[in-house]
Parts: sequence; C-alpha cells; structure tokens
Amino acid sequence: MQDNFQSSSYKQLEQKSKYTNMFLRWFLYFILIVFASYFIFPLYVMVVTSLKTMEEIRQGTLLTWPSSLNFDSWLVAWGGRGYGAGDTFLRPYFWNSIKMVVPAVFFSTFIGAMTGYVLTKWRFRGDQWVFLFLLFGCFIPFQAILLPMARTLGVLGISNSVIGLVLVHTVYGIPFTTLFFRNYYISVPTELVKAARIDGAGFFKIFFKILLPISAPIIVVTVIWQFTQIWNDFLFGSTFSFGEAAPIQVALNNMVLSSTSVKEYNVDMASAIIAGIPTLIVYVLAGKYFIRGLTSGAVKG
Amino acid sequence: MKTLKIEELSKNFGSTEVLRKINLEIDEGNFLVLLGPSGCGKSTLLNIIAGLETINEGNVFIDDYNVSKVEPKDRNIAMVFQSYALYPSMNVRENMIFGLKQAKVSKEKIEEQLEKVSKFLQVDALLERKPSQLSGGQRQRVAIGRALVREPRIFLFDEPLSNLDAKLRVEMRREIKKLHQQLKTTVVYVTHDQTEAMSLGTNIAIMNHGVIQQNDTPENIYNKPSNTFVADFIGSPSMNLIKGNLKQSSDKISFVARGSNLEIPINGYDFKEKSSQDNKEVVFGLRPEHIFFKRSSDNDFEIKLRADLSEYIGHEQIMTFNFANQEVLAKFPSTIKIELSKDTNLYFDLTQVSLFDEQTEERI
Repeated sequence: MQDNFQSSSYKQLEQKSKYTNMFLRWFLYFILIVFASYFIFPLYVMVVTSLKTMEEIRQGTLLTWPSSLNFDSWLVAWGGRGYGAGDTFLRPYFWNSIKMVVPAVFFSTFIGAMTGYVLTKWRFRGDQWVFLFLLFGCFIPFQAILLPMARTLGVLGISNSVIGLVLVHTVYGIPFTTLFFRNYYISVPTELVKAARIDGAGFFKIFFKILLPISAPIIVVTVIWQFTQIWNDFLFGSTFSFGEAAPIQVALNNMVLSSTSVKEYNVDMASAIIAGIPTLIVYVLAGKYFIRGLTSGAVKG
Repeated sequence: MKTLKIEELSKNFGSTEVLRKINLEIDEGNFLVLLGPSGCGKSTLLNIIAGLETINEGNVFIDDYNVSKVEPKDRNIAMVFQSYALYPSMNVRENMIFGLKQAKVSKEKIEEQLEKVSKFLQVDALLERKPSQLSGGQRQRVAIGRALVREPRIFLFDEPLSNLDAKLRVEMRREIKKLHQQLKTTVVYVTHDQTEAMSLGTNIAIMNHGVIQQNDTPENIYNKPSNTFVADFIGSPSMNLIKGNLKQSSDKISFVARGSNLEIPINGYDFKEKSSQDNKEVVFGLRPEHIFFKRSSDNDFEIKLRADLSEYIGHEQIMTFNFANQEVLAKFPSTIKIELSKDTNLYFDLTQVSLFDEQTEERI
C-alpha cells in the first residue's frame, strides 16, 4: 500500500486540509458572531431607546438610531421631574442599595474569611460537619427562609430597614463566602501557620498578618460574587422592605410597573441601565482578578 | 542536664497509633536525625517537640524543664520547614525579624541580630526581596536565618532539603553541616534520606511504625544494625539477608543457608548471648559492598555463586547472584567483567557479618 503512494498525494492532502481548516475557522467566527449579537442586542435596544424621545419611539422601530443624544430620560430616571407626589425616581433608592450592599459585602466577606481560616488552619473535631452544614446553606432556596427571617427581623425590631437587609444578606452570604475562602486557604501550606505559631503569633495575628495579605485574589472573587448577588436581589428587598427603605431593584420595579400614565419606555430603559451600572463597574475593575481567583489553587503559589 | 529528653511518649490520632512509648535523649550540641520511611511518625514527633501537636501520654523536657504543656513560642526552639514556610507577603527582613518583634525584643537588638545572621548566611543583599523573588537555595537560607536570629536552644528541621534539586541538596547539606560545626547548637532533624542522615547526624534514630528501632551513631547503625528493619533500610542496595540455620559443634560455629550444605564459619562473630545457638533459625546479613571479586584478606570466605543479573550504574555495577535460590547482591567496580549464568568465585568479608533471629528479627 505504501509502495504506490505518490508524492503528489501529499500536495492533494495538504490542499484538502487547508480548505477544511478554512471552512472550520469561518464557521467558528459565524457561530461566535451569532451568539455575541444575541447577547449584545438587548443592551443595544436599551441604550438606544433610553436616548430617544417618546415621539421617536412611537414612530421608529426598535433598532433605529436616536436623532440626537438626548439624556433627558436619564435625568428623569435619576432625579425625577421635580413635582411632588407620585414622582418616583432612583436616587434615594440607589443610595439605599449602596448603604445595604457595602456593609453586607464587607461583613459576609470578612466572616467568610474567618470561617474559612478556622476550618482549614485550626481544625477541630467535627469541623467537616460544620462545613457540610454551612454548604447546605448554599442549597436552601431563598423562598424557604422568607417567613422565619421575617419573624427574626420583627423580633429584632429591624424589619423594613436597611440594617435588616444588611443582616439578611450577610447571613445568607456566609455559606458562599466560607466555601470560597475555605477552598482558597486549603491550598495555603499549613506550615505557614506552624511557623507563625513558633514565632509567637496568635490566632488573630496569623490571620491578619499572614493569611489576609495573600488573600487578594479570593477577596476579589468573593466581593464580586456578593456584590452582584446583593445588588441584584429583588426577593429579599421586596419582602423585607417597602417605601423609603427599599433597595434600587424594588424601586425600579415600582417605577416601571406602577406608573399610571403612559409608559415612558425611554425613562424605564435609562432606569434599568442605571440600576445595572454598579455591578458592571465592579466587573470591569476587578474582572481580571475574578478569572485568576476562580482558577487559583489549580497552580501552586 | 539533657538538652532534650522525651519520656514514654505516645500519640494517637483517633484510633491510629502514631507514636508508641518513645524515649529519647540528646546532649548539648548533638545533631540527632530522625530517619524513617514515610508515615513512621518522625514528623509527628518533631511537631510534638515543637509544641505544635498535643501529647496523649508521656513528657517532653527541654533543659530538664517539662515543656509538655508549654506554647511553641515559649519553648526556646526554632523550626525550619520543608516548604520553607516564608511569609509570602513580607520581605526577607520582615520574615526574619517577625519572631523577635512578636517577642517584643528591642529595636537595637533586632537590628544587631538581623545584621549578624544575614551576613553569616550571605542573605544581606536580599533583605528587601519578597520570598517569591528568591531561588530555592536562597529561600532555604532565609528560612534558616529566621530560625537563627532567635538564638534558640534547639533547632528543629523538618525535611528541609526535600524540595531542592539534587545538586543544590548536596550543597545545602554541606552548609547545614558547616553551620552546625560553627554554632554547635543542638539539632533535631527529620528526613527520609539516609545519605542526609548519615552525613549530618552525630546520632541517628531510625523509626518505623511509631517505634524507635535503633538510636545510635551513624557508624553503629551501619555496621551493627539492631534488627532486620534497620539492616534493610540503611545502605543502597540494602544488606543481603540470607535465611538459614546456625550449626554449632564443640569449638566451631557456622551458618548454613537454607537449601544449601555449605557451612560458612562465623567463629569471629560477637554474639550478644554466649549460650548455645545450635540449629537456631537465623538471618545472615552481609552488605553488598562487603562481597569482593578478589580476595582482600586471608579471613575472606571463598564461595562460588552463579551471576544472574548485572546493573551498570557508571562508577560501579551491582551484580545479582544466586545463593541456594536466595538473591545475593554485590557491588563491584564497573571495570570488572563478569559473565552471566556462570559460577563466579566471590569472597565474603566475614568480619562484617550481622546475624538476626529469624523470629524476632532482632540482632543476636
């Protein structure tokens, strides 16, 4: 069989594989473009619509460009029209959300780091069980804890307040943050802790001076995760708060659904974008670390 | 006064017994190596000396003071770890003085110590670097430096060279040896590498299954292993252990290998007990390097064995011979040519023989 194999056959094979590769490459691009547009399309519609006047929206199609860059609807969404009753706008709720998300992210991350530290570096009898039950917390559906949580907040006297929401999100975040930190710290050699103990450092000193300074990647991952979860939460926000204490997602919902007059699509779109911007910023600023943190532990050091 | 004394020490993790009734003593300035296969409990023993593990039974004394319940930092020890365990976020300087700062030593004293030690270990040019910017050997030196600045009574080393490549390992081994010669501090050193143990230790304690098998000078460990485990563990290739019986008549005592009639005279052997050993089942131990191709002294015992296998390793070769269906290994210079599957004349150096009881596996 090898005997009648001509050297010209190589050329043919070479040609053939060239065409196959070219075809596959273009096919790949095609698929990528299809999916990219699928995801970018809604965003495009939102941005374009938010910049149009109501007149333009009624006359044009979803895809037409705005005639001019008109940020009026953004101003209305953020600061309202300036008349009294019934004027819902995002500014106060945006700050509610900030006041909720910053402490909630901080506390859940910090407590998660502590728990992860104890579960990996100060092992005790039954620690696997503690970890297992904490993990269990990740799988409990949000809805299941609404009633007991409402009761708890009532007893504590912090229902319908930003503090109450901070507590809810901190408690519900601990299973996730613990999981992240535990998995990160398990790859940190325990010899570090031993060395520090011989050097005379105690429980907290080892945590703050030795482990925390090398935890930047996992802190970033946890902060992004928690920030997105808490900022985007609607269920807890709408259940445990109303009126003035509501976070931005609840206010957005109220704004869009409860307007009595004509639907102002441009204002709605602008509001939705404003509500999404903070998570976007967090991703852009810390995204590089996010990927790095998720894969850390795969490679030592 | 013993610098370190361990008394009837036992340790178990749950139902697993890790250490069983360990007794050890080290004099000031000695270098004790804990040697054994992985899982023998040597690292646990070191961690107990450091105070990083609790004790189930027994006591640890440092300078005759019972430290069994004393915190690691108050035991006046320093430890060097296998992974170096340098604090990643601190530079070399901060790493080295971390312990002194914790102990609230005065600034002047810290600076003085740091300068002395970093000059001594030649890391004074690296003080501002982070551990990640150091090579393996430099990290090892900094780790040793961090232990040195504290001027401890006892140095503990936990397999400090295992992470280094072969060449660097030999260099660092020499440096540790020099260090000990200059400072004369008491050292406890854990390793599974017998070359390291032999070259560094003034004493070696060989451990297996949580029990110390033999605690002796390197020479005695090599020449007079106290049981078959030690005999087999030390030396490469390990000691030939040939099963057989003793045969004793009025003035003669000899060894007969199982399945052979050949009597090997062992009149010169220094038995622990002088009572009659006739027909006792024993293991005859002889190191490969004590079997010669040419007669080296008049006392050598001449024997004909068939060569089965030859392993060439550069400066020498390891030959496997058949002795009554038991394998006997011998080490020769690689210049000697030996034909396989043929009987070869060999000479056993009978002054180097070890005998063990086949049942108890103890030296007799």
